Amino acid sequence: MTEEQAIYNYCLRMGDNSLIQSYRLSEWCSNAPILEEDLALTNFALDMIGRAQAMLAYAGKIEGKGRTDDDLAYRRSERQYYNHLIMELPNGDFAKTIARLLFTATYEFYLFTDLQRSADPTIAAIAAKTVKEVKYHMAHAGDWVLRLGDGTEESHNRIQKAINKLWMYTGELFETDETDAILADKNIAVDLALVKAKWTAHITGVLKEATLSVPEDEYMQTGGRKGVHTEHLGHILSEMQYLQRAYPEAIW
Amino acid sequence: MATDSQLSMWEVFMQSKPGNNYIHAGTVHASDKKMALQNARDTYTRRGEGTSIWVVPTDAIVASDPNDNDMFFDPANDKVYRLPTFYVMPEGAKAI
Repeated sequence: MTEEQAIYNYCLRMGDNSLIQSYRLSEWCSNAPILEEDLALTNFALDMIGRAQAMLAYAGKIEGKGRTDDDLAYRRSERQYYNHLIMELPNGDFAKTIARLLFTATYEFYLFTDLQRSADPTIAAIAAKTVKEVKYHMAHAGDWVLRLGDGTEESHNRIQKAINKLWMYTGELFETDETDAILADKNIAVDLALVKAKWTAHITGVLKEATLSVPEDEYMQTGGRKGVHTEHLGHILSEMQYLQRAYPEAIW
Repeated sequence: MATDSQLSMWEVFMQSKPGNNYIHAGTVHASDKKMALQNARDTYTRRGEGTSIWVVPTDAIVASDPNDNDMFFDPANDKVYRLPTFYVMPEGAKAI
């Protein structure tokens, strides 16, 4: 694998994570418990769309085949998507959405904090912009986990259940392969082992403060990095890509 | 106030840039101070409208009673001598 191919993969992965997560958060539009939360979650979705656009555009540029961010978003099939599985899981109840957001935003915060020092100036620039956004997402999710965990018996049980269910999807966030190794060597990618240590410390702190228990590491789901997904991604893409599939080259 | 099944109400004041007055932007629902501030941020600053936010619990606002309007505000209407424009400026007066 060449360095260019590795950068392409790396950006595609981060772009796919943002795009699919954004899709899920957008589903809360008009469905959140209160109007203010509706705006907050869809705002986050818009932040993620912006990041997906930047990452996919850069991936297309590095690839050098003239593919745009739209081409990459709308014309790849399920097996060509490389997001982590946790991003594509259905929203579930509000607690599950918040638990996922805490896990992913914390991951992104530490990932993009380190990526600001990437030897690739485009990735470093996107990271610098992203860090401000995900810091807020992380704080917002963390505050909700505290309120739910330390709230009523019902809210406590729901958030604990969500955390327990999602835990097996968090191991994948720190998986590395050849792509990461090549780029870590050139100081383009970050060391995910360091990110994992900071992630674990932060998550443990939030859960303890919220009177929640931290699940044990048991079996961890995997597959996203190889394009092997849950049954949910296909449904997302069939809706998201419908227009371009039905009317190729459609513009408006 | 009508029965509201949502969280308590907060009034949001925004400052568009440092030095400007804080202006009432609207209201948000929230269960605590931190959430009120975040909700205000998410609701009212999405398009770069502000650089600073105040949130105040709605029930901490003391409002005048519309029934007292006669007593409160009418007396000010017919006292034109309270306006600087009532007075004729003496000719040649400087630095007034």
